[in-house]
Amino acid sequence: MNNADLSWMLVSTLLVLMMAAPGLALFYSGMVRRKNALSMLSQTLLVFSLGVVLWFIYGYSLAFTSGNAFIGGLDKLFLNGLFTPGDQKFTLSGSLPELLFAAFQATFAGLTCALVVGSLAERARLSSILVFTLIWFTLAYLPICHMVWFADPEHGGLLNERGALDFAGGTVVHINAGMAGLVGAWLIGPRLNYRREAMPPHNLPLTFIGAALLWVGWFGFNAGSALSANANAALAFFNTMLAAAIGVLAWTIGEWLTKGHPSLLGACSGAIAGLVGITPAAGFVAPSGALAIGLITSLACLWGVNGLKRLLRADDTLDVFGIHGLGGIVGALLTGLFNAPSWGGPGTAAGHSVWMQLWIQLEGVLLTLVWSGVAALIAFKLAQWICGGLRVSPEHEREGLDIRTHGESGYQN
Amino acid sequence: MKLITAIVKPFKVDEIREALSELGIQGMTLTEVKGFGRQKGHTELYRGAEYAVDFLPKIRIELAVPDALLDSVLEAIQNSARTGRIGDGKIFVQALDHVVRIRTGECDENAL
Repeated sequence: MNNADLSWMLVSTLLVLMMAAPGLALFYSGMVRRKNALSMLSQTLLVFSLGVVLWFIYGYSLAFTSGNAFIGGLDKLFLNGLFTPGDQKFTLSGSLPELLFAAFQATFAGLTCALVVGSLAERARLSSILVFTLIWFTLAYLPICHMVWFADPEHGGLLNERGALDFAGGTVVHINAGMAGLVGAWLIGPRLNYRREAMPPHNLPLTFIGAALLWVGWFGFNAGSALSANANAALAFFNTMLAAAIGVLAWTIGEWLTKGHPSLLGACSGAIAGLVGITPAAGFVAPSGALAIGLITSLACLWGVNGLKRLLRADDTLDVFGIHGLGGIVGALLTGLFNAPSWGGPGTAAGHSVWMQLWIQLEGVLLTLVWSGVAALIAFKLAQWICGGLRVSPEHEREGLDIRTHGESGYQN
Repeated sequence: MKLITAIVKPFKVDEIREALSELGIQGMTLTEVKGFGRQKGHTELYRGAEYAVDFLPKIRIELAVPDALLDSVLEAIQNSARTGRIGDGKIFVQALDHVVRIRTGECDENAL
């Protein structure tokens, strides 16, 4: 065990925890109408918490134990064997107590589930969201996590064995959540009077605070994914900062030129887009690659929320697919490109050519899109059947989820 | 006596208040309101979704003045509220029949 690694990973885990509530919760809450402000805070907190609990019960075991190429086994249900109370013995994962690795990964699992709720904002039933989360977490998050991140000489995950690069969750977290969000937005249908009635964000300063907290927390997400207090963590740290910064500038300037105003929501969105883009690449590319990835991903996501969103014809309320899905796809592909020594990156141990690595990255993207999409379809249909519908009644939706679902309101006037 | 209702740009309120104080006006009522005139509204753009906002924030000032002060008050409001750009606002003047000061029971000009 290494105490420097242990300290850094404790801090990283806390940073990722901060990304969920308050970060993501405030980011989402500010973007909805005031009558639904609390519902976003509540849904984010509840779904994140459900993800963490499921992770403890069976998630960690199915994701990070040996099984087959798609899913792990049940040896570590309830984190069995990670800690023996009698003699205070902790098993190790690398230089860390395995319990800490499980805790770090728990925050990823919870956060990924919480990302999806942004697509369904302002009309989804809380019960259907929770049932969906339970099923989708099991059918999509765990297998994809296992496929991408479980390394084992005998039964490693499918994409891990193929050599797919995903440093901190471009496919596992962002494409996965983005695709589920898109399927959900299609199935649940648009909000009442969507495109006929003004539905602007009710509190952009909240969104700004949430985005800023997400940015800070992302250092735990990315630099923590080095799983060690080492030089690779430092590289991931700098790349994270740089990609987000260029993301802010690229979105702002792009929006200024095409729409006439450099908006705050655009700048916040640019930061998130840059962060999503660099997530799979954080420790696998040089800073020059990070700069390019942040720039390209941010511009791609600017199109994602303006052009692609119209093409997809879904009311993906908070642009989960436009930013996380598309940003994850662009980031995953660019990771393959900028990882190559000929593009300024460190290269991989396997030494694949650029085109070979790009092909492997594309396989990972396509597999995740299809797998997550099908799993989401099944999970939403089951949730619809179990809960008697995915969305609240029109009257409930008009009055707002805060009062009708939660019995409280965020603002008195 | 006249009741003056002025709809003005919010950032001009302090200037108007100072100009009216110099004329000896003792009180007024301010309300935050929304509306539009010839300038119409504006558009807002959030992540690709465009909204036309018809109503702009304005301040409504109400004050009662004796007939003798009417012209100078109107001039003071007009001078201090003017930017020269569209949306500066309007002033409405109505006849005022009766005024009562609640604390003392004084009436009409004594109550202003």
